[in-house]
Parts: sequence; structure tokens; C-alpha cells
Amino acid sequence: MAGARVSIRHEDFDLGAEVAALREGDGGVGAVAAFVGTVRDRSDGRSVASMELEHYPGMTEAAIEAMIDHAFARFDIRAARVVHRIGELAARDQIVLVVVASAHRGEAFQACEFLMDYLKTNAPFWKKEATDAGARWVDARVADDAALARWGIEAGNAAPEPPPAKG
Amino acid sequence: MKVDVRYFASLREALGGTEAVEVGEGSSVGALRDALAARGGRHAEVLGRQKAVRSARNRVLCAESAILGEGDEVGFFPPVTGG
Repeated sequence: MAGARVSIRHEDFDLGAEVAALREGDGGVGAVAAFVGTVRDRSDGRSVASMELEHYPGMTEAAIEAMIDHAFARFDIRAARVVHRIGELAARDQIVLVVVASAHRGEAFQACEFLMDYLKTNAPFWKKEATDAGARWVDARVADDAALARWGIEAGNAAPEPPPAKG
Repeated sequence: MKVDVRYFASLREALGGTEAVEVGEGSSVGALRDALAARGGRHAEVLGRQKAVRSARNRVLCAESAILGEGDEVGFFPPVTGG
């Protein structure tokens, strides 16, 4: 849907079309940074054929909208969009797109990485891999919490106990 | 009062997707989790304190100290793994 900042869907996305749509009608854009996440065919030494992506309908969209609001408050950016796929995905499929437009490159690079770090630890998605040794739910990584901490935000997603109360 | 509990991922596989639960006025999300785990069986296995469980109140991530209101939707799920 044109203009929507967040799209959670089964269908694939086209990076070129997404970048063009984000820039459309804004001559002040001088930089576009994009991140595309894809399904690896190996994970922890096992061969991965496909994965199932589950989400929390309603909450996922609202959570990512709030992250984009946060990015706008923090960086001088002109537009941002996040596309995240759900359902069954095959190895090598695209999973997630974060694309940010700004006047100059620094803000676009930073906001793109910020949004991705935020999404990894705070957007309600869960991956279940189908491997050569059976299906398994993917474990959260402490490294992803550390990535968000660099922006001064505590995640605690991968910690054994829940994160402390937020203000 | 009643709250609507929703489970996701491995918790959904163990417990089903939703259940309506009766809780006392002023109960916290953590107290609800403990009351569900106290049922034993699968509830204890996946909601017990030995497990990493995250929670949301009315579709916003919350601490377990969050206080519940009538008709709230409470989500329980494992740490998130999107992106």
C-alpha cells in the first residue's frame, strides 16, 4: 500500500520499487540506505530448508510504527519504511526490508541500523526453522540485545528474566 | 475480572492460542503468569520461572509489574526472533 510505513505480509518485496516509492516526490532526498535480511541455508551446523515466521497481529505493526516514530525523533530523516514477511519462507528468500531516506548519508545509515537493531529485539516475530534434524524454534541472541544497547536502549530480550519496567 | 490471554510461538503450541482467565482486581501481569503456571502440567512447563517468557499488555511490551484492568489482552511469548 503506497504511503504505509509498515507492511507485514506473505508476499515478497522488490528493493528497487521500494526505494523508488520512498524517494518519490521528495527532491530533498540525497541518500537512501536499505537493509535486506534473508534466510540462511545453514544455522548452528544444521541445514535449513525453510522457516515459518509467526507474529502477533496488531501488536507487530504498532510496535514497528513506534520504532519508526523513535527513529524520526532521533535522526534527521525524511522517510522510512519496514517490510517484514510472515508465513513459510524458503532458504535464500528475503525476510525483512528496512529502507530510510534522508538529505545526507550519515543519518540514513544510522537510522537504518537503529531500526534493524530495534526490530530484532522488540518486534514480536518468532522463527521456526525446518532443519535436517527436525523443526526447532530459533533462540534469541544476546548479541542482538548488545546491538540495541549501543543506541542507549536496554532490550533484555535474550536475558533469562524479563527486562526491567520501562518508563 | 476477566482478561484475554494470548500465546504465541512455542507457548501457543503447548497451550493453544487464547484463553479467558479470571483474575483478582489489581493483579499484575507477573501474578497472572504465576497463577497460570501454578495449574501445573504444560502451563507450568512453559510459563514457569525457569523459562524466559516475555509479556505484552494490550499489545505493548510490558514489565511483569504492569497492573491489569478488566478486559485487558495479555500476550505471553518467548523472546522475539524476527528480522
